[in-house]
Amino acid sequence: MTSFSARRVRADIPLLSRVVNGRTITFLDSGASSLQPHAVINAMSQYYELRHANVHRGVYQTANEATEAYEGSRGAIARFINAPGGAEEVVFTKNTTESFNLLAKSWGASNLKSGDVVLVSEMEHHANIVPWFQLRETTGIEVRFIPVTDDFRLDLSNLDELLRGVKLVSVTSMSNVLGTKNPVKALAEAAHAVGALIAVDAAQSIAHEPTDVTDLDIDFMAFSGHKMLGPTGIGVLWTRQRVLDTMPPFLGGGGMIADVRVDGFTPAKGVARFEAGTPPIAESVGLFAAVRYLEGLGMDNVAAHDHELTADALTRLESTFDGRVRVVGPSNTINRGGVISLDVQGVHPHDVAQVLDQFGVCVRPGHHCAKPLMKRFNLSATARASFGPYSMAKDTDVLIEALESALKMFG
Amino acid sequence: MSNLEDLYREIILDHYRSPRNRGELATPPAHKVEGFNPLCGDEVTVFLDVQDGVLKDIKMTGHGCSISQSSSSLMSGAVKGKPLEQVQATIDMFKELMTVHESSLSKDSERDDEVDLRKLGELAALQGVVKFPVRIKCAVLAWNTLRQGLEEIASSI
Repeated sequence: MTSFSARRVRADIPLLSRVVNGRTITFLDSGASSLQPHAVINAMSQYYELRHANVHRGVYQTANEATEAYEGSRGAIARFINAPGGAEEVVFTKNTTESFNLLAKSWGASNLKSGDVVLVSEMEHHANIVPWFQLRETTGIEVRFIPVTDDFRLDLSNLDELLRGVKLVSVTSMSNVLGTKNPVKALAEAAHAVGALIAVDAAQSIAHEPTDVTDLDIDFMAFSGHKMLGPTGIGVLWTRQRVLDTMPPFLGGGGMIADVRVDGFTPAKGVARFEAGTPPIAESVGLFAAVRYLEGLGMDNVAAHDHELTADALTRLESTFDGRVRVVGPSNTINRGGVISLDVQGVHPHDVAQVLDQFGVCVRPGHHCAKPLMKRFNLSATARASFGPYSMAKDTDVLIEALESALKMFG
Repeated sequence: MSNLEDLYREIILDHYRSPRNRGELATPPAHKVEGFNPLCGDEVTVFLDVQDGVLKDIKMTGHGCSISQSSSSLMSGAVKGKPLEQVQATIDMFKELMTVHESSLSKDSERDDEVDLRKLGELAALQGVVKFPVRIKCAVLAWNTLRQGLEEIASSI
């Protein structure tokens, strides 16, 4: 049984007590990077103070401890996402972007040929677009886009047609701009029905809801540690053991080999083949602590809290501003997470964010690495507020106060 | 962090709300050059009519934040009708104004302004931008585009 109190989570995050421009910080940029609780920071600093050594090499005490910590983190991730094959399916990368590059350059390059189709969507982050365009240049694959409807959902009315010739569906589980949560399970079923595999960008959803790759019945999942209360510099690519075994190595170097001779090399078996060089060890320790922390909160509780905050914010933004602040994303909370993109009438997102900063409010202005989506809605940028498990309704209070000030200044 | 009034001076808001020299010039004879800020999606298109070493006319289209739009507007007023050497000197002076000097990063050392603000006229209103380093790229977008346009004209002669 887990218990959840956003107030308690807040007390665990040291950065949230910072004062900025004379106001206690109102952090609404968890979609870009979440904040770390003491548990994560302490775990990493204790690791460096007492246990640091390189992994998989030394036989001395601390080297054993470091190896144990690194591999233990892999196990915790496998549990967190319910990986059917356990830790041996979890590849550590630098971040979600690297995970998609690994997917495209290893699995993609060895499994896709000219004319094969990778089906992405118009609401993807550039991390799930550009690697496929790069692969297109070398192999001649086709990159096809699932359109987005006027009410900010995937347009699946023509899915059968879209799936023609598709070998991989690669979609986000939750848009980093719109907050839209996509029907991953249904897409997985549709993809498998035509013999395609499915990859999921879970960078946004991972800290907003429970994740179960077995239940979703997907084939690949990518996410970043720093968006789930963990540190920067570590990410994950999960894939099924049987798929992983067919994938050639990614980066070459130490740690990824079984043998190196003067006439060539033999790659290591398993996940090691994708983890060349000294891996992010301290980061894995931090990620382990973050996973334990989130498990302690209970992801169902986190999802319920996120839902409640989002519903409250959408209602109040609508009633306070009466259209002068438009939400670029679903106006209801059905299949929608706590990422709220704003289009403020007559005020450019950069100016919005600048005025908000004076109130200690942290939001993200820009195109959010989703330019095809921006173009779809004829926008150059939005100002985006996004929640974490430590967010509270009082954050929305300050956001609204600051937005009123921005409207007044530029109105 | 500096006060918001340093950034959003009234003159800046005025140029944002009613930008000067908006529009297009026929090409040719005018030269057209486009500038992008890939980080925030701001775009500016500058039309330059250069005759006998003088920037006879300048018009601009595009979209962006108050800083990029007001900077474009102020720039057009400062360079329109001026000989190219003077335009170049104004560009150099403005770019210098928008440069973060290492000495300004340490709190206790006041840097001597190398830019004579009086020479900048209305452009001096943008000096507050340098205290918000992330916004410098907004302020210089039109200027970099103007410089690029003049270089293209020079190399085509």
